[in-house]
Amino acid sequence: MGFELTQEYILGHLNYWLFSVLMMTGLYIVVAKGNLVKKIVGLNIFQTSVFMLYISMGKVTDGTAPIFPLDMDVDPDVIYSNPLPHVLILTAIVVGVATTALGLALIVRIQEEFNTIEEDDILKIERAIVQTENAIHGDAMGGRA
Amino acid sequence: MSAESTHVAMTLSDHLPILQILVPLVSAPLIVLIGSRRLTWSLAFIASVLSFGIAILLLMQVIDGSIISYQIGGWAPPLGIEYRVDATNAFVLLLVTGISTLVLPYARESVKSEIPAKHHTLFYAAFMLCLTGLLGVTITGDAFNVFVFLEISSLSTYVLIAQGSYRDKRALTAAYDYLIMGTIGATFFVIGLGMLYMATGTLNMADLADRIADQGSNRTVRAAFAFIVVGMGLKIAIYPLHLWLPRAYTFAPSAVTVFLAATATKVAIYVLLRFTFSVFQPSFMFEVNTLEFIILPFAILAMFAASFIAIFQNDFKRMLAYSSIAQIGYMLLGISLLTETGLTAAIAHLFNHGITKATLFMGVGILALRSGGSFYNRIQGMGKSMPWTSAAIVIGGLSLIGVPGTAGFISKWVLVEATIEKGWWPLSVLIVLSSLLAVIYVWRVIEVLYLKTPLAGTDYREAPFSMLIPMWIMALACIYFGLATDVTLTASRAAAQGLLAGSAGMM
Amino acid sequence: MRHHLILRVITKLLVGAIMLFAFYVQFHGDFSPGGGFQAGVIMAVAFILYGLVFSLHNVQQVFPPWLVHKLVALGVLIYAGTGIVSLFLGYSFLDYGAFTPDHPSHGQHYGIFAVELGVGITVTAVMVAIYYAFAGRPPRLSDEEW
Repeated sequence: MGFELTQEYILGHLNYWLFSVLMMTGLYIVVAKGNLVKKIVGLNIFQTSVFMLYISMGKVTDGTAPIFPLDMDVDPDVIYSNPLPHVLILTAIVVGVATTALGLALIVRIQEEFNTIEEDDILKIERAIVQTENAIHGDAMGGRA
Repeated sequence: MSAESTHVAMTLSDHLPILQILVPLVSAPLIVLIGSRRLTWSLAFIASVLSFGIAILLLMQVIDGSIISYQIGGWAPPLGIEYRVDATNAFVLLLVTGISTLVLPYARESVKSEIPAKHHTLFYAAFMLCLTGLLGVTITGDAFNVFVFLEISSLSTYVLIAQGSYRDKRALTAAYDYLIMGTIGATFFVIGLGMLYMATGTLNMADLADRIADQGSNRTVRAAFAFIVVGMGLKIAIYPLHLWLPRAYTFAPSAVTVFLAATATKVAIYVLLRFTFSVFQPSFMFEVNTLEFIILPFAILAMFAASFIAIFQNDFKRMLAYSSIAQIGYMLLGISLLTETGLTAAIAHLFNHGITKATLFMGVGILALRSGGSFYNRIQGMGKSMPWTSAAIVIGGLSLIGVPGTAGFISKWVLVEATIEKGWWPLSVLIVLSSLLAVIYVWRVIEVLYLKTPLAGTDYREAPFSMLIPMWIMALACIYFGLATDVTLTASRAAAQGLLAGSAGMM
Repeated sequence: MRHHLILRVITKLLVGAIMLFAFYVQFHGDFSPGGGFQAGVIMAVAFILYGLVFSLHNVQQVFPPWLVHKLVALGVLIYAGTGIVSLFLGYSFLDYGAFTPDHPSHGQHYGIFAVELGVGITVTAVMVAIYYAFAGRPPRLSDEEW
């Protein structure tokens, strides 16, 4: 299974390349950024990459929009794109919106309680809470958990 | 398509699979729409009892090995979405609805003390949505539908966990962490499904199984398998992916912890089972390798590392959270043996651990209700003032260790049997050794409850009956299923055989 | 609050047009691209735009928060209710053929109409609810501190 880095290999799989780049960008932001809002942005980029993967998968070469003609007369020669991935992604987008809204709502509450949305500062506050707890209740393993 | 076919009127009993989802699903918006604080709980409870009844009826229909298939909108599979009930998922449906029906009466008092009254309607609506999601994941025969229901249950779970913020603000960060991890997991799962769809052009599970079997293993299918296992692994909290679990369980409201610990991870394990054994072929080399060289070592690591951490805790609830990770290790160990006995052990442990952990977390919730916390030095000596609660905790603890006569013993015994049968006797030794760790952390709780002197000036009343009764039903179930061993084992074996039959078992 | 004259005039003109477009996308969704999801978001945009320009207080006079929360639930109930009706007519869940047994494709028209209406109501309400939830929080910095 040797690879040959031809032009066709690169351009023919353009959607997969873009998917991988976007996915890794999103995942990197989620892991590397300390700001909670930025993490949500990263999560959104990550999810969007998946939407792109699905939608590009539904494309059929030379296919047109899969809309039922008004006169119900379907021409067998016309090639239609696959509408199923679009429908699936419509659902996934709604899920993504809900996740984003919930994530941001949690961030608002975290901001109100902790007065910060930087992960480092939150960690410091939580460690301090754990230390005071352990001072009263005896030592425990597991750090911030 | 139904349009052309002549129509045969369906009776209500034909609709049981959809009613299983519909009853809790409709109850959630009804609770919000009626908005009455007094009616809220009753509505949720009635819906839960109804779906428990439906789950019993469904299990009775499929216990002989038959399969019910229900077509949504009259569109036949593989094009339409299909709900498919067989012995395996009917068993899980019964566990989930049963636990929710017992948790709701328990939740009434516990929620009153932990969550402000104005949020109660929305709390129970979220609870019912979570139940809907878990049932939907279990019952559906469509792979993408699994994702949709998984997200319904996950999103409501994040909300439920965040409700713990009225007692401890760390519930918010716990919910946020779980949201990030859970979303990454679900998205990985969707990527896997997308790859399967690319490779096969279908999303119906039975159809997927056939087409994968036809084309054999190729790189797309292998990548899909990897994505699905990692995605579900985040939800199950397989050892290195478990980091969200201890915090989420510790800071969530007591009733939510009981429900999640007993159902959410179990449903995720069911999805993993369904995909590993029904959709993919267990004979594929890459799958065998994944299970033997990746899942198995991590399962053993979980059994020891998490148990070890559980010993050194100062908080009862957090100790139980870590012990959950260890117990998930036992289930994964059973699965990765890839034998019928191993699978039987995993499925039986799934059930037994569900009821055991429900008993224990209910106990923690009651102790926290009276003493205001679950730290060891806060609950010390409460065995004298709250004898009934403490006795149930002891029963749950014994079942967690796996003492003969309790439910936990049966599944561990079958698991040891499975390792010996496979000739991997060092694993049997490891199972026994890790159970000894469980003895230590359970003993610590018993010591705290009974042998330490109560804190000065504390004389706690026994828990209210609405909490004691569900807890004791669970505790007695731990003993009952420890003595009447063939009930769980027969059902688990039937489920294991169905799963190992692969796609043939689904068609 | 007499400044932003252009914004306020344009918004008043636009809100009606946006709502009309939302209804078009909603009810023409059976024949052309569109439907409840898209129409719901467009409808919510009208309210959110009004709220951004004329303050949260004013938009909440028009569309009070309690109503928003009830509509979220009502939309889901319309969706599920459509399915339940077909279920009681002896068909499977969401089988729209149930509504006109003699002419199933007409029934599908009615069915998808009801379902999309439910989706549209819920999506509108959810979007507005999200906007209310975030905009309704007391600001940490007052406007002068920026």
